[in-house]
Amino acid sequence: MDRVPIIKIGKYLLAAIQADVQDNVAVALQEDLAARIIAAGSRLVLLDISGLQIVDSFIGRMIGDTAGIVKLLDAEVIVVGMQPAVAITLVELGLTLSGVRTALNVESALAMAGIRDRN
Amino acid sequence: MAASERVTVALRTQEDVVLLRHRVREQAVGLKFSLLEQTKIVTAASELGRNVLTYGGAGEAIIEACMKNGRYGLTLTFIDHGPGIPNVEDAMRPGFSTGGGLGLGLAGTRRLVDEFELRSEVGKGTIVRIVRWK
Repeated sequence: MDRVPIIKIGKYLLAAIQADVQDNVAVALQEDLAARIIAAGSRLVLLDISGLQIVDSFIGRMIGDTAGIVKLLDAEVIVVGMQPAVAITLVELGLTLSGVRTALNVESALAMAGIRDRN
Repeated sequence: MAASERVTVALRTQEDVVLLRHRVREQAVGLKFSLLEQTKIVTAASELGRNVLTYGGAGEAIIEACMKNGRYGLTLTFIDHGPGIPNVEDAMRPGFSTGGGLGLGLAGTRRLVDEFELRSEVGKGTIVRIVRWK
């Protein structure tokens, strides 16, 4: 896989990182997302990482950076579907992703976004 | 016999690090590591494999099943012939990094495994050996 596919669902963008990605694929996603946010005028990106069996410090940093970039573009990232073993390992590694919103699945992320959009 | 397994993965590109993660996962599954134990050792392998590329340029990883006092474990050895680490104590400190990373690398990785040993010689290279017992 050379690129992480980004799908538009209504006003939202959904990017699902599947399986085990190389570092450069993860970095390309940041650029692609930034471009798509501007093109689609999206205010919310769901970053689905349920397919990731591990998140190491590089991918963890990429997720945090992506959230930061998206925020500067007046949008928001919700990280969706982190595996429990990944969460435990990530915190033990020293990475808490404290500035990043998370949801257990796409459904609850959309509910979260719907509540936000009404307010 | 699981204890005689030995797999070597050459580390030259990012793709090799992906392959390394798969090989470590296979061995960990073979030793019936729990999902959390698998995740920890594969994450540790990913950190150290990337270090080999970032700091050492290239190198290799050796994956071995091991046994001590009736317990199975997985030993991973990372070898590079890069510039080496001038101050190992500094490098092990949380927050220390020279590679533009988060500085979690070695200190964070150490927390994911049961044994961690680092030997480095300036101008010759670095060897990191980790063990995770089941």
